Amino acid sequence: MPIQLKRLLILGVVLVSIFLILKYLMTPESFGQYGHYRGKALDEVAAYPTKYVGSETCYDCHDSIVLAKSEGPHSGIGCESCHGPGFKHIEDPETEKLDKPNTRAFCAHCHAFNKARSEKAITQQNILEHNPEDNCTECHNPHQPQQ
Amino acid sequence: MNPQFEHLYQALTKVDGYIYPNEIELSWSILIVLYPFITGLVAGAFILASLERVFNVKSLKPTYVIALLTAFAFMLVATMPLIFHLGQPLRFWEIMITPHLTSAMAIFGFVYLWYLMVVLLLEIWFDYRADMVVWSKEATGLKKWLYKIFSLGISDVSPESRRWDDKLGYIVTVIGIPSAFLLHGYVGFIFGSIKANPWWSTVMMPVIFLFSAMVSGIALVMLVFMIVNYIRKQKIDMLCLDTIAKYLFYIIIIDFTLESLDQIHRFYEAEESFEIISLLMSGKLFVTLLIFQVLIGMIIPVISLGTMQFYKPKEKIRQGIYLVTGILVLVGIFFMRWNVVIGGQLFSKSFYGFTSFKLALIGPEGFLMASIWLIIPFLILAFLLWLFPPWKKTQEEHVSVE
Ligand code: HEC
Ligand code: HEC
Ligand code: HEC
Ligand code: HEC
Repeated sequence: MPIQLKRLLILGVVLVSIFLILKYLMTPESFGQYGHYRGKALDEVAAYPTKYVGSETCYDCHDSIVLAKSEGPHSGIGCESCHGPGFKHIEDPETEKLDKPNTRAFCAHCHAFNKARSEKAITQQNILEHNPEDNCTECHNPHQPQQ
Repeated sequence: MNPQFEHLYQALTKVDGYIYPNEIELSWSILIVLYPFITGLVAGAFILASLERVFNVKSLKPTYVIALLTAFAFMLVATMPLIFHLGQPLRFWEIMITPHLTSAMAIFGFVYLWYLMVVLLLEIWFDYRADMVVWSKEATGLKKWLYKIFSLGISDVSPESRRWDDKLGYIVTVIGIPSAFLLHGYVGFIFGSIKANPWWSTVMMPVIFLFSAMVSGIALVMLVFMIVNYIRKQKIDMLCLDTIAKYLFYIIIIDFTLESLDQIHRFYEAEESFEIISLLMSGKLFVTLLIFQVLIGMIIPVISLGTMQFYKPKEKIRQGIYLVTGILVLVGIFFMRWNVVIGGQLFSKSFYGFTSFKLALIGPEGFLMASIWLIIPFLILAFLLWLFPPWKKTQEEHVSVE
């Protein structure tokens, strides 16, 4: 065997051993616990604070609005889809105010004409022509928009 | 407004039509464009070197070592965009130590290590081993020690040992060609195997990636070859340059044909995704696809290189044309990667809408970051050329192995 091959083989063995040692030492402890990934990753993700708390939580303090909404056409929309994540507000409602998205552009996100959406799924309005002088909420109650 | 909320509505302004919520922001941005671009350069440069050696193309000899060193310099950086994209500086190495056979992404560790360690490094090593022994006697200081270490303490330069270098190097080259095909075919496979995405999902993808890799690799070697000669104030070996250009011309034509075939197939099949894809091509991707990739990256180079096959103007003019063409080809292939990676994420899987992508200037996924990863390989290459100058190699000819 030529000397090159001998040296390379030795080097190869050294490198492979280094790889195996590294693999042994560096592979995270929980790796492979459930599958080919770090088992702990699941706990880490689960430990993130929840930012959306769900419409049921709002019922504790805003029961009338929750009830009103549940009867109107917006019943399928969570409070936080319009007001944003409520995790801070429910801890400290006095200082942590939520948004009151009271602009025409806001309602237009969902109600403006959009070819990709079916009229059956959502009623659409020509935002430029439909009572352009006023805010939508002057005439429509955002929580119970029929009235 | 609540900042998270503001961000969402800001993002929504980039959306047209109907898209799914997780499609607003592109998860793969410019760094993931760079990854196939750089690996392509590696595979392409390596394939050029190997073909020269295996098929014994004499006129390409001056580029052999340059091509190998170029491939090596880019290979060292190839993973960096991925690692930086992951944004996990504390555990990025896990991708290398936990390779896995059943996931296309996790097999990366094997593919990369095999190609880098077993193929590329070995081939360069066999080529330089005897030279390093000679240089280690002449050089002083740090260089001397580097040569000693890199030659693994072997001091044999007898003709017998050189013949072994050649024989073994040849074997590595022969193994290397399929390996380089594998490396870049693999990168294409990552995209081609995503069946949810009609822009990516085609069996042609690995083949197209491979040929476009060869196009970009050859163009890069051609440029590096010219630049090295300019810097060293050497007269360029025009026979060699013409030959590279000729190969570049052939491969671009094959690549062009394959890519057109893919598109024609798509047009003719006109599956349900076709409408959104044609909107994509005539809208959001118009400039990057039709102007940069096809016109600048293919049609102009094919015309200019094709003309050179029949009509040969003066050397200086020819060099100028090759220089410009090489740059255009690289730009074109970069945008080919761009159109695949970014284009594939611009339309909704619902086929009813688009999102848009704006490249940031700074930030971890910005333009400057990307430029850094494109400049570093050239610095590495400069260092390699300083440490292993091909023009100082004692033994140019390979002993032919018959
Ligand atoms: C712990 C009781 C409590 C809970 C739970 C709660 N809120 Fe409130 N909320 C309040 C109080 C009290 C106010 C009035 C604060 C004020 O006017 O200073 C308020 C005010 C608001 C306002 C008006 C803010 C303003 O600027 O006028 C909005 C919008 C709101 N809440 C939405 C929600 C939503 C959505 C939820 C469910 C995620 C929720 N709240 C849950 C107690 C609560
Ligand atoms: C369609 C979007 C939308 C949804 C869904 C929605 N809100 Fe509102 N909400 C608004 C708008 C817009 C205002 C501001 C109204 C105004 O200023 O006249 C508002 C105002 C409020 C206020 C301030 C008090 C008031 O009447 O001005 C409270 C409290 C509130 N919403 C609670 C809730 C709760 C609780 C829910 C879930 C049951 C909810 N909202 C669901 C859009 C919405
Ligand atoms: C998150 C999307 C969304 C937003 C934001 C939203 N809506 Fe709606 N809206 C709906 C859906 C869904 C329905 C129920 C489907 C339907 O009938 O159109 C609806 C129903 C309505 C209706 C009744 C339509 C009918 O057919 O009776 C009115 C009026 C209305 N919304 C007004 C508003 C106003 C005013 C705002 C702004 C405060 C607003 N919406 C914001 C989704 C939205
Ligand atoms: C000046 C009062 C006024 C304002 C401001 C106004 N609307 Fe209306 N809207 C009405 C009336 C009245 C109707 C019912 C008559 C009709 O269909 O035109 C209506 C109908 C609708 C409907 C259809 C409901 C149905 O049952 O078909 C939607 C959706 C709607 N409005 C959304 C909006 C939105 C979004 C805005 C803000 C951009 C807005 N409106 C602003 C008065 C108003």
